[in-house]
Amino acid sequence: MTGFLSGVIRRRRPIAALAAAGALLLSSLLAGCAGNDPHYTLKNIKGLVSPLEFRLTNQDGQAVTAADYRHDLVLLYFGYTQCPDECPTTLTTLANALRTLGPQASQVRVLFVTVDPRRDTTEVLKRYVGNFGPEFVGLRPDQGELTDLSKRYRIAYHYEAPDKYGNYEVDHSSAVFIFDGDGRARLLALSDNNARQVASDLRRLLAGS
Amino acid sequence: MDRLRGAPKVAWYDGLMPPLVTDLRYLLPWQFSPTVFVTSVVIVTLYLRGLLALRRNADPVGFWRAFTFLLGVALNYAVLQTYVDYLSQHMFWIHRFQHLILHHVGPVLVVLAAPERVLRAGLPPGVVRRVRIPAWIRRPIQLLFRFLQHPVIAPTLFVGLIFFWLTPSIHFTAMIDTRRYLLMNWSMLADGLLFWWLMLAPRQAQGSAAIGYGWRLVILSLVAIPQLLLGAYITLHSSPLYDVYAICGRAFAISPLDDQQIGGLLTWIPAAMMSLVGIITVLHHILHDPEATAARRRGGFTPPVQAAGGARSGATA
Repeated sequence: MTGFLSGVIRRRRPIAALAAAGALLLSSLLAGCAGNDPHYTLKNIKGLVSPLEFRLTNQDGQAVTAADYRHDLVLLYFGYTQCPDECPTTLTTLANALRTLGPQASQVRVLFVTVDPRRDTTEVLKRYVGNFGPEFVGLRPDQGELTDLSKRYRIAYHYEAPDKYGNYEVDHSSAVFIFDGDGRARLLALSDNNARQVASDLRRLLAGS
Repeated sequence: MDRLRGAPKVAWYDGLMPPLVTDLRYLLPWQFSPTVFVTSVVIVTLYLRGLLALRRNADPVGFWRAFTFLLGVALNYAVLQTYVDYLSQHMFWIHRFQHLILHHVGPVLVVLAAPERVLRAGLPPGVVRRVRIPAWIRRPIQLLFRFLQHPVIAPTLFVGLIFFWLTPSIHFTAMIDTRRYLLMNWSMLADGLLFWWLMLAPRQAQGSAAIGYGWRLVILSLVAIPQLLLGAYITLHSSPLYDVYAICGRAFAISPLDDQQIGGLLTWIPAAMMSLVGIITVLHHILHDPEATAARRRGGFTPPVQAAGGARSGATA
């Protein structure tokens, strides 16, 4: 086999060189940002996910854009207020992480984007995110904005069939996208990450590493 | 499909669009790709022009041949530029279906139709005469092509790409990063066309890249094995291998293991069936190839099959 391969290489040197260069380039491209930075416990998504960008309505009915949250660490999460388990659990984890951070928490914003704008009016959102802390902001997209966001962050959601009272559940993404002060995507917090892990990685990001 | 419509019947944005428009939405691209669009339009236009030109020259192309080619192009377009693309990003088994089309079914249909002659006939005559590709562009492309069509490299690449993009950590980044997602799909389609052309095109059409029909039978059998093993591994694995679909959300309700098992089966059975289709096609070539005897004399490995039906040489071209 090695004899055969070296034969191939001897006969086709330019091809082999080209192939080696190509393979090197591809693997470095793919390895560059993939995998987990030993620095962080959460999933490193630097360079993989689009920078923070949106134009939405906040819980007070005001139009906001990503620029309004520059210089803060932004935790972007998609959910809905009638979510029975996953959203409250995740938001509680994030709230606990922020309590752990202490005064540094003022440099962090948790943006809760509802995937159920029909039921989640701005008033409902305001009451809901108020339960978790002052760093939490409720954002309400219209249908077009929600579709744009789902394309930009490659997330899916779908509405279950309503029961006889008209109540329905919404299946949605579970991840928390974390952006640095320049709006670049940095980390992904998953549902199995605990508050201590989130807090220590946020601290590293705040330290500018 | 009602579930996919994505909203309860009374949603506040319902009624803004008439039902027909809501349905047509599924035929529109989820993320529009000018490359796919322009390439498809150019290829289909050339092909249709070629069909007309050949008909004028009293050399018409059979209906099923044209149908096979256009179906292959249409399937590739459909999995890249309709709602299927959205579903592929958010459901493992639909992603496997998408790659079954891009890497196997679509290219096989295109190659079986042997469209080169028709496409050439569809080129504006001026283009054929005037355009000369300079050597500094042509040479590297030829080298790269010869490398990719090497009888060891081509099957290694064909199987390697499947394993590469299905490595869980790499699969995760391909699904979360739009650029890698596009690279993944393009690499599958390009490799599918190269591999199946090398395996299925009649030797007369392949020029210097041609490898003997006997070797093709060996390669087609060998590439089926790792696909069978990988498909079985995914299908029978008792925990979810690809967490990205839970993290980013699934397009509709299905348990992660059901999703994985259907996806595994699609990697397992139809992919291996395509090797069988390939083998039957190659056997057909052997039976109808006027050069089969000549090739045996040149020392190519070809099973001792009577080169019967040599008179029907044009049948496979």
